[in-house]
Amino acid sequence: MGVARYIKGEKDVIEEVIYPSGIRVKPFYGPKDLEEVGFDYEKDLGDPGEYPFTRSLHPLGYRSRAWTTRQYTGFGTPEETNRRFRWMISHGQTGLNVAFDLPTQMGLDSDDPRAEGEVGRVGMAVDSLRDFEVAFRDIPLDRIGTGLTINAIATVMLAMYQAVAEKFGYARDRISATPQNDILKEMIGRGAWIFPVDSAVRLVGDCIEYSVRELPRSNPVSICGYHIRESGATPAQEIAYAFEIAKTYIGNLMDRGLKPDQFVGRFSFNLNVFGNLWEQIAKFRAARKLWARILRDHYGVQQKKNLFLRGLFGGGGSGLTKAQPENNIIRGAYYALAAALSGAQTTALCSFDEAYTIPTPRAALLSLRTLEILMEEVGLRDTVDPLAGSYFIETLTKQMEEKILEEMEEVQKQGGMLQAVSSGAIQRKLAKQAYEFEKGLQRGEIVKVGVNKYISEDEEEPEVELHEYNEQWAEKQVRELKALRRSRDNRQVTRLLRQLERDAREGRNVMPTLVECCRAYATVGEMTGVFREVFGEWQEPSIL
Amino acid sequence: MKRIKVLIAKPGLDGHDKGAKVVALALRDAGMEVLYTGLHQSVEQIVRTAVQESVDVIGLSIMSGAHLPICRRLMDRLRQEGVQDEIRVVVGGVIPKRDIPRLKELGVDGVFPGGTPFPEIVRSIQALFDTQT
Repeated sequence: MGVARYIKGEKDVIEEVIYPSGIRVKPFYGPKDLEEVGFDYEKDLGDPGEYPFTRSLHPLGYRSRAWTTRQYTGFGTPEETNRRFRWMISHGQTGLNVAFDLPTQMGLDSDDPRAEGEVGRVGMAVDSLRDFEVAFRDIPLDRIGTGLTINAIATVMLAMYQAVAEKFGYARDRISATPQNDILKEMIGRGAWIFPVDSAVRLVGDCIEYSVRELPRSNPVSICGYHIRESGATPAQEIAYAFEIAKTYIGNLMDRGLKPDQFVGRFSFNLNVFGNLWEQIAKFRAARKLWARILRDHYGVQQKKNLFLRGLFGGGGSGLTKAQPENNIIRGAYYALAAALSGAQTTALCSFDEAYTIPTPRAALLSLRTLEILMEEVGLRDTVDPLAGSYFIETLTKQMEEKILEEMEEVQKQGGMLQAVSSGAIQRKLAKQAYEFEKGLQRGEIVKVGVNKYISEDEEEPEVELHEYNEQWAEKQVRELKALRRSRDNRQVTRLLRQLERDAREGRNVMPTLVECCRAYATVGEMTGVFREVFGEWQEPSIL
Repeated sequence: MKRIKVLIAKPGLDGHDKGAKVVALALRDAGMEVLYTGLHQSVEQIVRTAVQESVDVIGLSIMSGAHLPICRRLMDRLRQEGVQDEIRVVVGGVIPKRDIPRLKELGVDGVFPGGTPFPEIVRSIQALFDTQT
């Protein structure tokens, strides 16, 4: 399992179709299939905007409001990032999505020896509030929502976002931040983890709890099936693992005495769109339905809006190829179509050049235009959930629901997500699946156009263009950081860092003190350093 | 032929290690003995592990674009430890073609940009030892 299979007979006749999630697809579907899976309109679909929300979260879908587009942006220095933000907003983008460089993601200052060669390389370098003051200058923070792609130190960046907004005169109850804040998926797939599992999850909880109490418009966690899928998971596993991760965070919040109805409405999901069109659509519809059911039946969530599976369905990075890169423009359009047919509330699309470079402005704009064409030109806003009632789609949605539940049960059998990640069981499973997929690709059993089929002999693969690493930017960043350390009130910084250490050690929510640390221009490395000392670092389990 | 022992290593801060894991599994399937360092390794840590485990090959996986400075430091370190002749170095990941000659100049024995077929990686590593004997 894990690999799509098309078994072919003579003359290209397709004899069998098996989707990665393990569902066998028939040559055609009819009323009998719906009967067989026990399809019931009221129970399985309901009208759009009604429980279980299979069709849509809102009664009018895109007719009331098109999706929010949120292309991932973030460049070297805060100045450059600010220019790019303003450019994207002037071109109609309605939300920002910030990329941080690796030292920032790992809680290291730009002058840390471990940061050498990485400052500003894959995103914006942030050392202190001063950098945020530059990056968010002239951005209407009360109108634009900001996704912060940060996990291990989501607490620090959320605190800094609040500090910068307040400094610019936006009250904290008017700002909308979405720190990614999903450390378990970093441990499964993306690798930007620092602290051991238990402490890391506690910080996730601190970030959520604080937002619930103090930042009414912020969405303090974005659970990323996305990266889990990129690491080798099937669509069913993507959803199952995301839900098991969400359940872990819910448990942490409940242990703090909060009721799910107080916070689950703030959860959002980041889910992937590449792969088989029908499987993606069924996945999203099944996911909306299952999430609502889990919250209602397991957690007693009552308020309707809290049952919504909200989030970004988009990206598609792993579907894109370096070979024949223009093909990615077409792939992106189909992935966006999958998202639109699934009723994605927020979306973003990887740029066609992303397989070999950091997106150029032209490529990023093309992605945005792809999304706009769907909404403005070809009729995706006309009616809600247009595929509803299709014998195939409804059967597949029911089957996908079963597959997701099976995968969730599998995790439960391993003792839940915390245990499955600590032991490395999930990581080993996904590595094996990724290996099988890659072998299938190399043998040509899985077709990738332009990669292992329809290859033009005279075609040269595009050269990988790495974002030019700007030594001068890095030097400037370091110079300014050093100047900052001399000019700020260092006694106050020391006092606040000691307070932070006590909060961390004694189990108090670290957020209030972090906000004060940020205001006093404590650096990311200093604040994270306190956590490193108190919590230690994670020793990842072997995958071999 | 003796069993080749490979240390797959992820230097630096980048955490995208699907490629590293997948290649580790492929080399193991090809009969090599494979260790994987895990993430966030410094060059010093990688070399220390390689020496302690007496590996024949270090396979670096680098996606961040920092392959030239990292390889330069790694080769220096191997020389400092006096093991530059015992341990061969290969690199995979996001590597622009124009950097391949520069990596070779630094003393890297093989470069496998993303998408290199597993059999090719296996053959290239085995060839490093065929010619020696």
